[in-house]
Amino acid sequence: MTLVAPAVAERFRPGQFVALAVGGEHTARLARRCFAVYEVKPDYGGTVELVFDHRGGADPGTGWLVGRRARDMVDMVGPLGRPFRLPRDPVSCLLVGGGPGAAALFALADTLRRRECRVHFLLADRSAPAVFGARSAQRIGDSAAVVTEDGSLGDTGTAGDVLPRVIEESGADVVYACGPTELLRAVSAVASRYGLPSQVSVEEFLQRTGACGTGLCMACVLPIVGDDGITRMVRACSDGPVLRGDRVRWGDLGTIPFDALGAPRALGGAL
Amino acid sequence: MRTRLGALELTNPVMTAAGCGGTGRELARFFDLTKLGAFVTTSVMTQPRAGRPTPRVTETPSGLLTAMGLPGPGIDSFLERDLPFLAEQDVPVIVSVAGNSLEEYAEVARRLYDAPSVAAVEVNLAAPNVEDRGRMFGRLPGPAADVVRAVRVATRRDVPVLAKLAPDVGDLVTVALACVDSGADGLSLINTMAGSAIDADTMRPALTGVSGGLSGPAIRPVAVRCVYEVHAALPGTPIVGIGGVATGLDALEFVLAGACAVAVGSALFHDPTAAPRILRELEEALSVRRIAALADAVGLAHKPTGYVPPQIGPAPAGAGERARERPEEPKEKP
Repeated sequence: MTLVAPAVAERFRPGQFVALAVGGEHTARLARRCFAVYEVKPDYGGTVELVFDHRGGADPGTGWLVGRRARDMVDMVGPLGRPFRLPRDPVSCLLVGGGPGAAALFALADTLRRRECRVHFLLADRSAPAVFGARSAQRIGDSAAVVTEDGSLGDTGTAGDVLPRVIEESGADVVYACGPTELLRAVSAVASRYGLPSQVSVEEFLQRTGACGTGLCMACVLPIVGDDGITRMVRACSDGPVLRGDRVRWGDLGTIPFDALGAPRALGGAL
Repeated sequence: MRTRLGALELTNPVMTAAGCGGTGRELARFFDLTKLGAFVTTSVMTQPRAGRPTPRVTETPSGLLTAMGLPGPGIDSFLERDLPFLAEQDVPVIVSVAGNSLEEYAEVARRLYDAPSVAAVEVNLAAPNVEDRGRMFGRLPGPAADVVRAVRVATRRDVPVLAKLAPDVGDLVTVALACVDSGADGLSLINTMAGSAIDADTMRPALTGVSGGLSGPAIRPVAVRCVYEVHAALPGTPIVGIGGVATGLDALEFVLAGACAVAVGSALFHDPTAAPRILRELEEALSVRRIAALADAVGLAHKPTGYVPPQIGPAPAGAGERARERPEEPKEKP
């Protein structure tokens, strides 16, 4: 979906997202839908392009977006969230994407290219039709690997299976990832094993749990370990969506870890 | 469009609802906080709280169902980080206080005593009473009155105390009366209503907390009923109308029912600039109806048919047309 939004396009930095209202002006759906930005272009004063997958999707809000036609108006807030942190020196970067989440990596690839970084892609999903951007990745990346669970495109397996090999082949210095939570978890684990910094965008978690995208509703919290070693519940929208992979407690997503700041047990049993 | 909540005078009647304006920093990116009549904070408790696990919000028809578990930074961090920021914004700050016991409420109120920038204290009576099997304080007149009294005693005399009540009680007017008798200078009506949603795909409750608080336009009729009933019983008590305020006409509805201010809650999640827009629309709605002061409109719905409120001069020619022609504030729209 391409939206004309000069003010958003102008301020956008890779990794940021936008929050769309669905259902029109008098909608009964109050929650906003959060989507990563695929790319911004200077056309028509500035356009914002989003990628989402509604196949088999149960959310009628996304269904409403799919039904929009050219020149329809959509209420959008953005750009929101913190962008990917960029390396200061030209280094070798590995960009790992899964499903429509891979869309967020292409604007990042452009920016990294301008900084003379080498850009390697690894795209993963269940089957060939779900993989986003394999062609573009081959065109703009120094290398591009694809892995599908059913083997219909590229290697057979998951991103976690081939990641060690891809890291070694590409000589990556830093790993960026966006996609399903399981993929991010695997990427963070493998990157840590190789001693590489990883930056992951928890866009999918935000889509699943968030309601506003602006940090007000506090719905999209996840546990993060801070510099001081204390776990805090931070918001995926305003403290993320880009987070350090090694700081996220992937196994504790959807829970309040007992040792988190303000966790019920730390209070002595209240609630 | 000035209004009063007891001793507190506000430049306008549109405030944020507790828990819906974040720390203020999030909203300040979208509009100047001085455009608010007052900023109401997230409920502050003695200790930091992480709240409940996700999913803690789910969408329902014209509403949101939330089971947050009162997440918050705790009073220490609030005084250190959040309150100084809000004080700099030059907006009256109404601090929402909550606790698991009477002592905790009083403790938070005591800690706020010396903070110079607190314009009023709002007592969140929907917090779970640990000593009463986790049922909320505001459920019965007795416990509600005890909490309000404890906070009133611990708060400076010139700082108004507002009692925020939930509608899920046997007799709201009795609870409201008990709160006012024990020292509440005003009432905030209403908090969220209890509700549940089941996810048809997972066949399990949609929220970790199973039941949550329903907010948004879905509960507006309930909120208007509560404001109307309580204003009829206590016409002299200032009421803040809360519950699904999304437009200026929604706000006017609350004012006519008896509220002298309104608070915007879940509308901020949908449209972060909702508060200044609602104020603009409310001003317009009053001028179209030739009502000069907000106070003249408060509780008008209680007056007999045919009653004419004090009006400003001759009807502004084509006021309706002018209102329609006024361009919308530029928003980031594609």
